[in-house]
Amino acid sequence: MADWVEACAVDDVDGEDVIRFDHGGRSFAIYRSPDDQFFATDGFCTHEQAHLADGLVMDDIIECPKHNGRFNYKTGQAKGAPVCVNLRTFPVKVEAGKVMIDIG
Amino acid sequence: MTAASSTKRDYSLVGESTRRAIETGLASAEWYHTDVPRKTMKELMQRSDGPAIRDTIIWVVAILGSAAGTVWFWGTWWVVPFLFVYGVLYGSSSDSRWHECGHGTAFRTRWMNDVVYHIASFMLMRNPVQWRWSHARHHTDTIIVGRDAEIAVMRPPDLLKAALAFTGILDFRYSLPTLVRQAFGTLSDDEKSYIPQMEQHKAVIAARWHMVVYAATIAVAIALGSWIPLVLIGLPRLYGTWHMVLTGLLQHIGLADNVTDHRLNTRTVYMNPVSRFIYWNMNYHVEHHMFPMVPYHALPKLHELIKHDLPVANPSMWHAYREVWPVLLRQLKYEDFYLKRELPPTAKPYRGEFHDLDITAAAAE
Repeated sequence: MADWVEACAVDDVDGEDVIRFDHGGRSFAIYRSPDDQFFATDGFCTHEQAHLADGLVMDDIIECPKHNGRFNYKTGQAKGAPVCVNLRTFPVKVEAGKVMIDIG
Repeated sequence: MTAASSTKRDYSLVGESTRRAIETGLASAEWYHTDVPRKTMKELMQRSDGPAIRDTIIWVVAILGSAAGTVWFWGTWWVVPFLFVYGVLYGSSSDSRWHECGHGTAFRTRWMNDVVYHIASFMLMRNPVQWRWSHARHHTDTIIVGRDAEIAVMRPPDLLKAALAFTGILDFRYSLPTLVRQAFGTLSDDEKSYIPQMEQHKAVIAARWHMVVYAATIAVAIALGSWIPLVLIGLPRLYGTWHMVLTGLLQHIGLADNVTDHRLNTRTVYMNPVSRFIYWNMNYHVEHHMFPMVPYHALPKLHELIKHDLPVANPSMWHAYREVWPVLLRQLKYEDFYLKRELPPTAKPYRGEFHDLDITAAAAE
């Protein structure tokens, strides 16, 4: 069942960047791609406890700040060692200048 | 300096120190970071192929040129300078290429990092899969005894072993049999402790590829009745390692262990431009450990930005070795002794909760 929550305003995230969003004891990463689309994933790397919001967004890739593990933030796919487990992604929509994610 | 009861360290990755590190929260802990605004850090982290392509072209041309000189002057004394250059490029500069490309920060383009990573791993006789994971552990648990697989000088220090490291003999004696063992499908318990199960077969396959190349090199040497193929492939690991050891030892030697602040266990040393090219700026080592996302070519800029919060860098390798030598001598008797580096007045002080553990109780300031 869908559970849409407001994560941030559109302008809170720079182009080709990521911010952290915490809600209900969970942590998420909200991305803005170079072509101004928004995406959301779990906040923490699946390798070790590092928050991806401190990482680097390059095209479709988020690179973890701790060990440089890379994921495709659009699909959650882990792109190779040291990350082997995919990242969970969440549906995103933009409404009235707000970025909404479905955390259900 | 504070007197303390000596604690015997167990450097295996599945032993008493491992258990203790996990129990005390030292393993996979939260580390101190200097505050850097996100916008600035984002700029510093930006990747670019340009600097690494330029440096790699220089590197490859220098390797091929010195190899050609070695072949041309083989049998004369003129071969010595070419072997000297070739050895350092093969046996030492490959370490920094392995390191930077392993982090994926040297080039923006992933395949370029991967190609140079695998070539450099081969030059170093390092299993590229095993060492990718051991280095990830080194960054998670830097100089945490029982967790870090890359502690170069253990306590109490074996000074003979450290001296022999400059010749490459010990590393060669370790690396080659390790690759042979792995090629036959056996990983040690330590290796299994940091290579995930789903990756272990890849480590075996990688070791086999390395063995194939060495076997081919030996076959060519026999077929030609010449030592040259072996002098160019494999043996530089012996005669060209000294610069890697000279620079690499300084990263952590003599400093604190079992702490979670890189300012306490890692050293930044100013170096000459040639060594910095060979070492790809890894002399800015505190900066690298605090922010491993920053590419080698941006480290000098990062250093300028955060040096107010770091111990003053050693002005030279000579200075750093002079500083650490008495500490090593002291550690022969008191292995808990270490060099606690002083912070400038502008720095945030070392935080007790980060490092006041009973394991590290004696320090020289």
